Amino acid sequence: MSDLSTSPAVGVAAELPAVGDYVALLKPRVMSLVVFTGFVGLYLAPGHLHPVLAAIAVMCIAVGAGAAGAINMWYDRDIDAVMRRTQGRPLPAGRMAPGEALGFGCVLAVASVLVMGLGVNWAAAALLALTIAFYVFVYTVWLKRRTPQNIVIGGAAGAFPPVVGWAAVTGDVGLPALLLFALIFFWTPPHFWALSLYRCGDYARAGVPMLPVVAGARETKKQMLTYTLLLWPLALAPALIGVAGALYFAVALILSALFTLAAIRVWFDAGDRAARQMFGFSILYLFLLFAFLVIDRAPGVAGVVG
Amino acid sequence: MKGLAAMADDRQSRQRARNRALLAVLLGLVALFYVMALVKMGAF
Repeated sequence: MSDLSTSPAVGVAAELPAVGDYVALLKPRVMSLVVFTGFVGLYLAPGHLHPVLAAIAVMCIAVGAGAAGAINMWYDRDIDAVMRRTQGRPLPAGRMAPGEALGFGCVLAVASVLVMGLGVNWAAAALLALTIAFYVFVYTVWLKRRTPQNIVIGGAAGAFPPVVGWAAVTGDVGLPALLLFALIFFWTPPHFWALSLYRCGDYARAGVPMLPVVAGARETKKQMLTYTLLLWPLALAPALIGVAGALYFAVALILSALFTLAAIRVWFDAGDRAARQMFGFSILYLFLLFAFLVIDRAPGVAGVVG
Repeated sequence: MKGLAAMADDRQSRQRARNRALLAVLLGLVALFYVMALVKMGAF
């Protein structure tokens, strides 16, 4: 950690944290996408899982992701304090002591893995543990402050949930699960770089070597466009390998075109506007792709469209 | 600025909310393990 960690603003809590502060530690907005992609992995997996156990599996994925977020906030409290986007978080705002956040995150991490193992299966539990460990140790501790490839490699942490969901049903990892992993993995760089383009000053102040800070906006925009092109075959592949049907294929085709178009608009935009729009659209893109994987499999839809 | 009494009240109400949340989590865990055991035993 940097010298910023000695700042009194991030050392001890001035007041008792409220329940909402603990909720904020779990990064609920990130958690919602993680839960959804985890559910889709679980839904697409062949086989049967009791609905109660399926709900427990999804809950464990949510809690595990939240735990990783809490530990991330504990470790990053120094840089969070200097970034405008994160200054209001419970630790940099002084509403919670660092040890409380760390303890909270560790307890939830262990609990989510144990419940997954005891209630669902140990393959899914092991993958969940790997997800949490990857996010905390590989992304947060190792990569984030060291390399502009931080979110490229670290993106794997966010890509694991559908694999965990799949393993909850089957007890192993299949090709479609790996495809969903690859889809999120290659989606993460353009998604995060769109954000870091218009938050470049924040990251520079905090000393985080995001690509726009290190290589400049031009290079970042070029790489964003490259990744949106790489996403085409991955987005279309579920329909090509029989995981999804014609409806999904049509939606994936349109979404891929729109995502690439968004990256082209970012390339030509000298300001922040296109990057902000692309960041918002990237979330919608992933959500819709995964939603249509489910819709395409829904009873009645496959027969009508496919 | 808040008075000392108001601050103490605020602290007490936060403590109470935390205790309630903790109780809810513990009860939830008990219910979770109970249901999980039932499902594993094939009760429903």
